[in-house]
Amino acid sequence: MKARVTVTLKNGVLDPQGKAIEGALHSLGVEGIASVRQGKIFEIEVEGSDAEAAKAALVAASEKLLANTVVENYRVELL
Amino acid sequence: MKAAVVLFPGSNREGDAARALRQAGAQTSIVWHADYDLPAGTDLVVLPGGFSYGDYLRCGAIAGRAHIMEAVRRHAARGGLVLGICNGFQILCESGLLPGVLMRNRDLRFVCKRQHLRVERNDTAFTRAYRLHQAIDVAIAHGEGNYEAEAETIERLEGEGLVAFRYCDASGKVGGAANPNGSTNDIAGIYSEKFNVLGMMPHPENLIDPLVGGVDGRGLFESLSRAA
Repeated sequence: MKARVTVTLKNGVLDPQGKAIEGALHSLGVEGIASVRQGKIFEIEVEGSDAEAAKAALVAASEKLLANTVVENYRVELL
Repeated sequence: MKAAVVLFPGSNREGDAARALRQAGAQTSIVWHADYDLPAGTDLVVLPGGFSYGDYLRCGAIAGRAHIMEAVRRHAARGGLVLGICNGFQILCESGLLPGVLMRNRDLRFVCKRQHLRVERNDTAFTRAYRLHQAIDVAIAHGEGNYEAEAETIERLEGEGLVAFRYCDASGKVGGAANPNGSTNDIAGIYSEKFNVLGMMPHPENLIDPLVGGVDGRGLFESLSRAA
């Protein structure tokens, strides 16, 4: 089963990398960009076909390692 | 004083830390990250600087979950001393032994230079050899040293006197242009609630020999050596 975990910075956490990308887009002349926040996507292959068990494993992975919940949120999706 | 320096894949300051500890008189060994136990009788654990696991995922994230960290957690819970320097500080935050997180430097640059720190208190096992508010001249070398935490956490750290060092200029004036990375409240290092765990971004272990231009880092290791 394919799954995706998306990790993003919480609102209010300063994101200097996002800011730099935003500045670069402006200097490249890409119009209409209001702001950029950078995050991470993990593409994960889960064993078995039990959706509940897969979700539980992905939440455990996110809580234990993929996200630092002090500053990051995560979202788990089965694809 | 019996010290154990933990070596992770990608650590690169373990030799510097061990040299500083031995110079101060501590019996020092290097411990591999995949070990489950610390050497018997360890008084102090040092998590050295470097780039454990290539800084993959987040700085210190993978090292913070290594086998040896369970032993470090038990050691800290018993009141044992733990010092995390640079990547070691990041590992302490990622492992939950210290609160908060080290974010990318404000200006996105890796900063490698000499840096003064103000000693915020000199009544802990780490700082007794310094004077209160002494401005010590050490080194910094990091890309992710911008200390951030939730507002309540910062308030608690400040309220309980858990800030160990702040970035300052040579005269001891804190903040402003002396803050190299945008760290909240100019924080360069923090203690755990019981003052037995210290995490700091700067490298005191690199200023212990007149040959490299200063010995202000010695005080920290001498304090520790006398602590046990």
